[in-house]
Amino acid sequence: MAITSVKNLKEFSTNNDRFEGAHLLCPGCAHSMIVRELMNCTDDNLVISSNTGCLEVSTAVYPYTSWDTSWIHIGFENAATAVTGAEAMYKARKRKGTLKDPDAPVKFVAFGGDGSTYDIGFQWLSGAMERGHDFTYICLDNENYANTGGQRSSATPIGATTSTAQAGTHSYGKKEKKKDIVSIMAAHGSPYVAQLAPNKWKSMAKGFQKALETEGPCFINTVSACTTEWKFDPKDTIHVTDLATDSLMFPIYEIIEGHELNILYRPKNIISVEDYLGAQGRYKHLFKPQNRHVIEQIQKDIDDNWARLQRREEARI
Amino acid sequence: MSLQGNDNRGIRELGAEKKVGWDEVTQGVALNSFVGESENSAFLKAEERNYNDFNSYTATVASWRIIKPVYNRDICIDCQNCWIWCPDTSIISRDKQMLGIDYDHCKGCGVCVEVCPTNPKSLLMFSEAKDNNEALAGWPVKEKKVKN
Repeated sequence: MAITSVKNLKEFSTNNDRFEGAHLLCPGCAHSMIVRELMNCTDDNLVISSNTGCLEVSTAVYPYTSWDTSWIHIGFENAATAVTGAEAMYKARKRKGTLKDPDAPVKFVAFGGDGSTYDIGFQWLSGAMERGHDFTYICLDNENYANTGGQRSSATPIGATTSTAQAGTHSYGKKEKKKDIVSIMAAHGSPYVAQLAPNKWKSMAKGFQKALETEGPCFINTVSACTTEWKFDPKDTIHVTDLATDSLMFPIYEIIEGHELNILYRPKNIISVEDYLGAQGRYKHLFKPQNRHVIEQIQKDIDDNWARLQRREEARI
Repeated sequence: MSLQGNDNRGIRELGAEKKVGWDEVTQGVALNSFVGESENSAFLKAEERNYNDFNSYTATVASWRIIKPVYNRDICIDCQNCWIWCPDTSIISRDKQMLGIDYDHCKGCGVCVEVCPTNPKSLLMFSEAKDNNEALAGWPVKEKKVKN
């Protein structure tokens, strides 16, 4: 496989972008940072499929496409199914010898938002994982249904206000905790599962390359800060992602073969989660005195999770 | 814009007498990014590619912008931070060198300015109406570190 060098940023920047501008994602959206990085970390031909979501509606507005590779969209939930179908067809035609260029390296990638990964497309994703196709599924996790107006999804963390779980006099926003999708996918027996963030570009590029190289179904959850629904200034996308990884709200780690957990980024100074929450409008109400207990709860969850990850890394289970 | 090859898509198969096999099915809505072959797009720079009218590279979102980034070559250290984090593929970078900004595709989000590490910054946001040369003439000077 023709992977590109990620030794340093200068060398990485010699890649030719295959994700074109003038798509209609919001200014400062992290989705396109992640997609660009995936397409730059390999020179192979890519077959990409997208679930319905911000990425799909914004990059294929008729009569334009922003994709310089093969790209398909079918329904809300079935990016995983569509791309594994393409992969099965590719293998069959390779076996029969009916491919035009059988030696050309091809990689299969599916993109989904958190709504279509955690909720609507979960069954399809789970099935594709179980069937063991050779593909990589990348979840662009912005913690709500941002495309349709910011409804809660099962990726929305506790305490965040969304258009269907609004904070007010009687509520502090969403009351349920976020689903641990990375562990769920690791439990499928996937050979490579990871949680990555665009601000740590090197670990993200390396993770993408590892997933593409690994034979079998790989899953990557990426943090995609949403300027519109998280309510921060578009210019602060990378800053907010920095806060997310440094406060360990989004720890960056990988799980190989379901048991070998490696933490890929350890912040030098772990910051308080209040810094992360305070940078976004969707958590503004938590700083009222009657909601302070939610912040304490979030901080406790983060500390517990970090301790658990470190123990898992040590114990290799 | 003309929709090339549209006349033999889809509809004709509905009236076809013999059943159409998987290999003969014409695509429903397929937009070709390039004119002709497109397999080696990873090895071609944007200016070497033969873009089709369907490719969004040929479109522009410049009208979204109310503020724009202006690039100062004299201060830039070619770290490529702006290139990797630009969400709109609008930083033109060739052979490890930053060349400038693609104002057709830039939406003016300002991420490039925030991630620029130089002092003073080699990218700054200005009003869309301001002339680039005028902006460069009034570039701020290096800030001295304030000792506490």
